[in-house]
Amino acid sequence: MTKILPRKDVVIVGLGWTGAILANELTDQGLDVLAIERGPWRDTATDFNIGYMQDELRYAVRRDLFLQPVVETMTMRNDPSQTALPMRDFGSFLPGNGVGGAGVHWNGHTWRFWDSDFKTRTNLTNRYGAARIADLQVEDWGVTGAEMEPYYDQFEYLAGISGKAGNIKGQLQEGGNPFEDSRARDYPNPPMQMTYAPTLFAETGRSMGLHPFPTPSANMSRAYTNPLGVTLGQCTFCGFCERFGCANYSKSSAQTTVLPVLMKKANFEVRTDSEVLHVDLAAGGKSARGVTYVDSSGEAYFQPADLVLLCAYGLHNVRLMMLSGIGGIYDPNTGEGTVGRNYCYQTNVGTQVFFDDKNFNPFIAAGALGQTIDDYNGDAFDHGGLDFVGGAGINCIPTNGRPIGTRPTPPGTPKWGSAWKKATVQGYKSTLGFSTQGSSYATRANYLDLDPTYKDRFGRPLMRMTFDFPENDVRMSNYLSDRMEEIAKKLGGRQYNVGRLKKGWNSVPYQSTHNTGGAIMGADPKRSAVNVFLQSWDVPNVFVIGASAFPQNAGKNPTGTVGALAFRAADAIRNHYLRNPGAPLVQA
Amino acid sequence: MKTLALTLAAGFAGLALGPAIAADQADQIIRGQYQAVLGDCAGCHTKPGGKPLAGGLPLETPFGALIPPNITPDTETGIGNWSEADFRDMMKTGVGHNGVRLYPAMPYPAYTRMTGQDISDLWAYLTTVDPVSNKVEANQLPFPLNIRLSMWGWNLLNFSETPFTPDPSKPAEWNRGAYIVQGAGHCGTCHTPKSFLGADKDSVFLQGASLQGWFAPDITNNAQSGLGKWSEDELVQYLKTGVNAHSIASGPMAEAVENSTSKMTDADLKAVAVYLKSLGSDTGVAQPAKPDRARMVTGEAIYRDNCSACHGGDGAGAGALFPALSNNSIVAQGNTETLAQLVLAGSQAVHTEHARTTPAMPSLAWRLSDQEVADVLTYVRNSWGNAAPMVSSGDVAAVRKELTQ
Repeated sequence: MTKILPRKDVVIVGLGWTGAILANELTDQGLDVLAIERGPWRDTATDFNIGYMQDELRYAVRRDLFLQPVVETMTMRNDPSQTALPMRDFGSFLPGNGVGGAGVHWNGHTWRFWDSDFKTRTNLTNRYGAARIADLQVEDWGVTGAEMEPYYDQFEYLAGISGKAGNIKGQLQEGGNPFEDSRARDYPNPPMQMTYAPTLFAETGRSMGLHPFPTPSANMSRAYTNPLGVTLGQCTFCGFCERFGCANYSKSSAQTTVLPVLMKKANFEVRTDSEVLHVDLAAGGKSARGVTYVDSSGEAYFQPADLVLLCAYGLHNVRLMMLSGIGGIYDPNTGEGTVGRNYCYQTNVGTQVFFDDKNFNPFIAAGALGQTIDDYNGDAFDHGGLDFVGGAGINCIPTNGRPIGTRPTPPGTPKWGSAWKKATVQGYKSTLGFSTQGSSYATRANYLDLDPTYKDRFGRPLMRMTFDFPENDVRMSNYLSDRMEEIAKKLGGRQYNVGRLKKGWNSVPYQSTHNTGGAIMGADPKRSAVNVFLQSWDVPNVFVIGASAFPQNAGKNPTGTVGALAFRAADAIRNHYLRNPGAPLVQA
Repeated sequence: MKTLALTLAAGFAGLALGPAIAADQADQIIRGQYQAVLGDCAGCHTKPGGKPLAGGLPLETPFGALIPPNITPDTETGIGNWSEADFRDMMKTGVGHNGVRLYPAMPYPAYTRMTGQDISDLWAYLTTVDPVSNKVEANQLPFPLNIRLSMWGWNLLNFSETPFTPDPSKPAEWNRGAYIVQGAGHCGTCHTPKSFLGADKDSVFLQGASLQGWFAPDITNNAQSGLGKWSEDELVQYLKTGVNAHSIASGPMAEAVENSTSKMTDADLKAVAVYLKSLGSDTGVAQPAKPDRARMVTGEAIYRDNCSACHGGDGAGAGALFPALSNNSIVAQGNTETLAQLVLAGSQAVHTEHARTTPAMPSLAWRLSDQEVADVLTYVRNSWGNAAPMVSSGDVAAVRKELTQ
């Protein structure tokens, strides 16, 4: 028996980065906002307690803060000819759970995508001809870099990003990224103080004519008070960012930037440990009436609302759309349907250089403390004589030196025993690692849909992920491995090991929690699920906010763009949608 | 005052059926609302998350529990049947409607100093609050204290109706501060040591007292235990925001900041600071004995592992986020209840208009033994310019026992 609750102006599914930003903006507008969060309430002092947060076994190995597969998993396969099987444990990617979402346990790399990234299809066609991208399904986003700039700025100032601008109002800035688009002003905080490994990496890159610059970081280089009046502390370089909540108020997250203000508002409420089963549509399926959710006691509720915002992890946004009948599910055979289309990932490989005479003290670290080289990223270099499109940032960001996981040993070392132990001791302090963060371009047959066989604890079909690295991306990645090898040689260690990407994505080893697409934005309702303001083409009082909106992924971490898109959607709702609620902001 | 006026205007909008209110009456109600801020009525009479002024959480006194009653104008369960004269008598003498004698947990020994005009304004405001039906049995005391007549004797011994008398030799600002601190603000209710009968000991006015598991520190200008190291501006900042370079409000003071001092005018906060900074002296401050060296070494090791990530290896803290422990008079109080509370149970800063972050100290009770807490506190109390007596494991054990009861 579903209980019917009093109406709210807005219901938000998921209280992570995007949910918190939208809730704060819309409560400022005077709306009565409810967030429904599947996981628990999480707060710095109680849940990221300084006394036990640096427990590598609990949080990094056993992954205490993450979504557990018993709550929701998905099935996976590499291509449509295979039968997908459920992932019994998350491995390749690790979705978040609870208030703050994946923004609790991220490293904090905070990028802007470039204008050329937002115009991928047009730009590549103009530069290299349509034939060059014939086997890809890349799209334009329907926005320009200039249109996104103010929203990136808003997110960077909310989150207190530490960095060095490369281009302010068209003027290149010494020490910044010369390939980035023009921005209105510098980052709110200066770059973090560099440790030895990224310093050496940058010196080497510079000596090769490359353009290293400090990675834009959500770890605070100094104490910072954001425009909401919330203060973050200076990062202590403890090296427990990724997979951990920050115990020191030094890494931006919903907890450290928005929630202290949001939670005090009388027109905001969050219900935790409550899972939304689906969005309820009115007869005809053209508008949402609210959502149905189940609390931790198993009680079901119908929560009526005028506006529904899907702010869950991108993959879960897509599944909720499918389970609710919002838009048609993509079919790779016919190319019809938009929900599940253009699922993309990230194309990463690593390199290690082993030295005899260097001490990098890897335990002095932070999640985004490092240097990046963007000379081979996106549109920064000419692909005219090459056999691929796309690219990658090359990053030297030694995020941690945690004792269980940090065991760098050169190829040929035994996997166990005294020789392994000896190599571990030798390698721990003297190994320099760097890696690519590569673009992931859409193809016809990489997509998401509902699994025909497997169901979750509520009897709903699991989502099915069909994905492999496209040939284009493998070629791109190998080209970048060659570039990494040049840097590795120049660094001059005793020995190096450069990773090489192969076809056959494996869901077991951790690779990246940068799952994008599935509910992509765009100008054409036949090729995108949401319009350029992230409003559903099919159900206009539903907005779908997150990396699910990326038509393809660039060679950069997605959170900066997710934050900017959240501010852009909030702006559109406040200044346009609310004047005529329920109406599409873009005419199809 | 602008926000107050706006809030009140919004309140009137809801009273569509009520009679029109004359402008001078509205002014009086707004003034009365500010008196309720100065007096922190909500601090005791509103439950967290409850209806305003409809009754509070039990006050645990050394004599037993008292529940702050419903003071909304509900005729059945509130003060709807009271007259203004009843209210004035209660504030001035502790004897309310129908001659009922109040216990001095209601700080009438302080409110007695308020002017007739301020009490009248406060009454005017209270009559406009939404009436709430909520029956509160205030008196939970054991026999014979539950006989309210016993307060006749208490008053005879401990109380005299004394209006505030300005000191003509002092500036108006000082007198305003004295009036707030001694009167509506009732600072002494927490900060002045009590006699065995629970009456304020005037000879040690505001020199620090223990209540509800916390130690309300010395707020005279004593350099070692009081506010001597704080500037007037820093004190104003603390009262206005709950945080300054020296401290973040915790425990009952956090509530006082949230409900009362953060809503006072800047001029009144300045007056309070001027007055408090004029009190007390540094005479008679004894240099405590040097702490045991072994305990300092142990304490430092515990500090490095548990505290230094936020408070810094040098105790310098981090601005508004983590209080500096160096040169900190709160850390060096004679009584260590608050310190033990903070380490064992943790504490969260209040949310005020000008300090919104609400950083929190985590609980470390599960991690540190009584002896370890005592050692680390001894270290902090004797490092970076602090000098205070050693803390014993027994001191910590007593607080832990309170917390687990």
